[in-house]
Amino acid sequence: MSDFMEKFAALRDSKDFAALIEAIPYARLMGVEIAEDEQGELLFSLPFHPRNVGNTALPALHGGLIGGFLENAALLHLMWHRESQETPKIVDFSLDYLRSGRSQTLHARCEITKQGKRVANMLIEAWQEDRSKPVAVARAHFLLS
Amino acid sequence: MTPTPANREVLETMSKLFVSLPHCATLGFQYLGTDGRKPVLKVEWREDLVGNPVTGVIHGGVITSLVDTTSAVSVTAHLPDFETIATLDLRIDYLKAATPGKAIHCRAECYRLASQIAFTRAVCYHDDPADPIAHGVATFMRESSRASMLQEPAQ
Repeated sequence: MSDFMEKFAALRDSKDFAALIEAIPYARLMGVEIAEDEQGELLFSLPFHPRNVGNTALPALHGGLIGGFLENAALLHLMWHRESQETPKIVDFSLDYLRSGRSQTLHARCEITKQGKRVANMLIEAWQEDRSKPVAVARAHFLLS
Repeated sequence: MTPTPANREVLETMSKLFVSLPHCATLGFQYLGTDGRKPVLKVEWREDLVGNPVTGVIHGGVITSLVDTTSAVSVTAHLPDFETIATLDLRIDYLKAATPGKAIHCRAECYRLASQIAFTRAVCYHDDPADPIAHGVATFMRESSRASMLQEPAQ
C-alpha cells in the first residue's frame, strides 16, 4: 500500500474531509470542499473564488478549472468507494460544457457506472443553483491495477 | 509553406488575454509564441499544482486547463476578427504520467474552423512533442456571447 493510500484510508475512516483536501495541493488551490449527504453520498463543492475565473467579461469560471474540479471529484469518489491498495490512474476524461459557470458555488456528484477488474467508468455532473440545470457533465476512465 | 495567423492582431491580443485570465495567471501559464498557427503554452511544475502528494505528479486538472487554454489560442490564430469563443467539449487522453519537477508544454492546432464550430487537437509534453504526456481534442462554439471577452473591445 502506498503512503498516500494509507493516509487516504485513515482520513476516510475518520471522515476528515478538510484534511483530505489539504493533502492534495491542487484541490486545496482550487478551494474544493467535500460533504456527505443523508444518504452517505459524497457532495463536492467549489465556492466561488475570483482566482478561478476564466472569462472576466461575463464573468465565468474557467472551463479547465471546471474540468479539474470534476476530475478531482471523480478520483476521490472512486477511492472513497474502493477497498484497494492502488491509487487509480486516470486514462481519459471527456467533458461537455452545457452552461457557463457563474460566480456562485459549483457542486458535483459522481457515479461509478461500472467497476471492472482493471478499469472503472465514471459519470460526473456539475451544477450551481439548480440541479436540473447542469453546468457540465463528464465521463472518465480509471485504470485500477 | 507555414501558414501565418489569419489576423496577427487577434492572435496577439487574445493570446495575451487568455494567459492573463485569473485562473491561468494563478497556474502561471506562459505564452511562448505561435509556430504558424500552432501556439505553444508552458506551465512550470509547482508544489501547489500537484495532484498526488506522494509522487509529486502534477494534477490532471492543470493539464485540462492548459489544453483548454492553448486550444482556445489556436482557434484565435484562425479567426479573421475578434469574437468570443467558448469550449463546447473537451477530451483528454492521459498517455503517461508527467515527470515531477519538469515544466509542461502544450501545442495546439485548430484543424477546422467551421462557421459556428472550431475543432482543435493538442499535445502536452516536457521537451519533445513526439513524446507526449497527454493528448486533447476539443470543440469551441464561435460567437458564444455578445459580450466581448476584451474589457475594452478592439475596434
